[in-house]
Amino acid sequence: MIRVELGKLMRRPRTWVTVALLCLLPTVVAVFLAVTDVAPRPGEGPAFLSAVLANGALFPAAALGIVLPLFLPVAVAVVAGDAIAGEASAGTLRYLLVRPVGRTRLLVAKLVSVMAFLVVAVTAVAATAYVVGTRLFVPVPGSPAEVVTGLSGSTLTSTQLTGRTVLVILYVAWSMFGVAAVALFLSTLTDSPLGAALGALAMLVTSQVLVTLDAASSVRDFLPTSYWLAWVDLFRDPILWHDVGRGVLVQGTYAVVLLGLAWANFTTRDITT
Amino acid sequence: MIRTEGLTKRFGRVLAVDDVALVVGEGDRYGFLGPNGSGKTTTVRMLLGLVFATSGTIELMGRPVPRQARSALTDVGALIEAPAAYGHLSARTNLTVLDAAGPGGPRRTRRRRVEDALEQVGLSGVGRRPVKAFSLGMKQRLGLAAALMRSPRLLVLDEPTNGLDPQGIREVRDVLLELNRAGTTIFLSSHLLTEVESLCTRVGVLQQGRLVVQDELTALQSPTGRVHVRTPDPDLVVGLLDGRVEHRDGDLLVVRHPDPAALADLLVRQGARLHELRPERRSLEDVVLEMTGPGSDRVGTS
Repeated sequence: MIRVELGKLMRRPRTWVTVALLCLLPTVVAVFLAVTDVAPRPGEGPAFLSAVLANGALFPAAALGIVLPLFLPVAVAVVAGDAIAGEASAGTLRYLLVRPVGRTRLLVAKLVSVMAFLVVAVTAVAATAYVVGTRLFVPVPGSPAEVVTGLSGSTLTSTQLTGRTVLVILYVAWSMFGVAAVALFLSTLTDSPLGAALGALAMLVTSQVLVTLDAASSVRDFLPTSYWLAWVDLFRDPILWHDVGRGVLVQGTYAVVLLGLAWANFTTRDITT
Repeated sequence: MIRTEGLTKRFGRVLAVDDVALVVGEGDRYGFLGPNGSGKTTTVRMLLGLVFATSGTIELMGRPVPRQARSALTDVGALIEAPAAYGHLSARTNLTVLDAAGPGGPRRTRRRRVEDALEQVGLSGVGRRPVKAFSLGMKQRLGLAAALMRSPRLLVLDEPTNGLDPQGIREVRDVLLELNRAGTTIFLSSHLLTEVESLCTRVGVLQQGRLVVQDELTALQSPTGRVHVRTPDPDLVVGLLDGRVEHRDGDLLVVRHPDPAALADLLVRQGARLHELRPERRSLEDVVLEMTGPGSDRVGTS
């Protein structure tokens, strides 16, 4: 069943359009930066974009930083929200279930395909950004090409850089896993894929508003989006693991609870569409 | 093949299905009738494990549903209300995907099975067109093909001829009759009386969630004790059968008489010529309308 779901995901034109659009945004940003050579001042604009001008190899991480706050969650919410509700609204859900495909099995297959989409999307963004970044931002002559300045001012070798970029990819994907769990849960509640996707986004917007609100500081540590930007810490020297660890834990908790709810709801629900 | 006891489903305060005891035997062609909104679809969905019963038991292929739905459903093909498919994929890909999703079909023979099913419903030349470009009738045929894959022992069909033209309806009926001769049990849910009358051997009628009739079709279509007589000598016949003619319409007479053969003998002896003489049988329509009254999606004050 997992293979069938992956096949369906890959055969769907929407999947590739979404991935292409996600790759397009950082590319547009890179082109503007390269043409104008005007970088945001340090501390302003998307995280550490200013460092990118010096070395394009940092651009994959910066690109993930650009798509993380909005575009990536939207894409993930749409795909995960469509998982069950999309089949329900198309009427194919009942035919899958009487085929028969067990409900738990179907839910797991959907989850795996959503995660596959997540990994493909994040990796594609990073890969495109690497190609674009290294083409457009040639290191300043005189500075050794393989040496990159990290956020703490010390230098990173290219091996370190690769390792940390991989960590960022994993961390960003894991952050999106929480979004996917919310959308998947809502997808089992409603028969409208749009409703499920928008519901998940509404929850994220709420979370992002509360993160910036001082009055809500008591719950800040438990909000799903509060540690999203902690990936920046992976480029410090030494790496600041605290927030990253908390982020992994918070996302994991959300994912487990919501997927549990999704399972409990889906396996006991009357399928009337 | 199907046996339910006290099957009941309540949606909130609405009692959709009330204490239904279905019995469908192996090899039956069972017609499940009822006006719109009488609970047919809910019952079908409960049989297939999509909707959970409030109370009562379901046995499908000798196994309890929903507890052992997986093994029971492996031998069941189903068309539930409208057919559904992935619009951006071709008919072949749709069938392949569905076949690969569940148990009961080895991968080696999958292509063969898909082709056979398409052939059976008359779609073998459909090519690579995406399903969203299909007409309603083609979608219906595709849905039927999906139900026929892996030659199930039981076919559960909800309104299978919906959207088909008269030839299509005839074709589908022939396919079903042929499968039934080969041993497939057919459970056909429909509000089209003629469809059930022309295909089924056993009939169950649902009315406001209750099973009001369940019997052999021939038993339901019992003679009414009247005989239709068509004759070029109506005046002579009326004279001969004084008082027994209930109705006269030109050369057609409706005669109350218990024995059509004796009546024919009598008329011929007396020199009346006959075009036609046949016992009147109750049509399924009469039976069902008598049992069910007005359609339940009719919203009136009375």
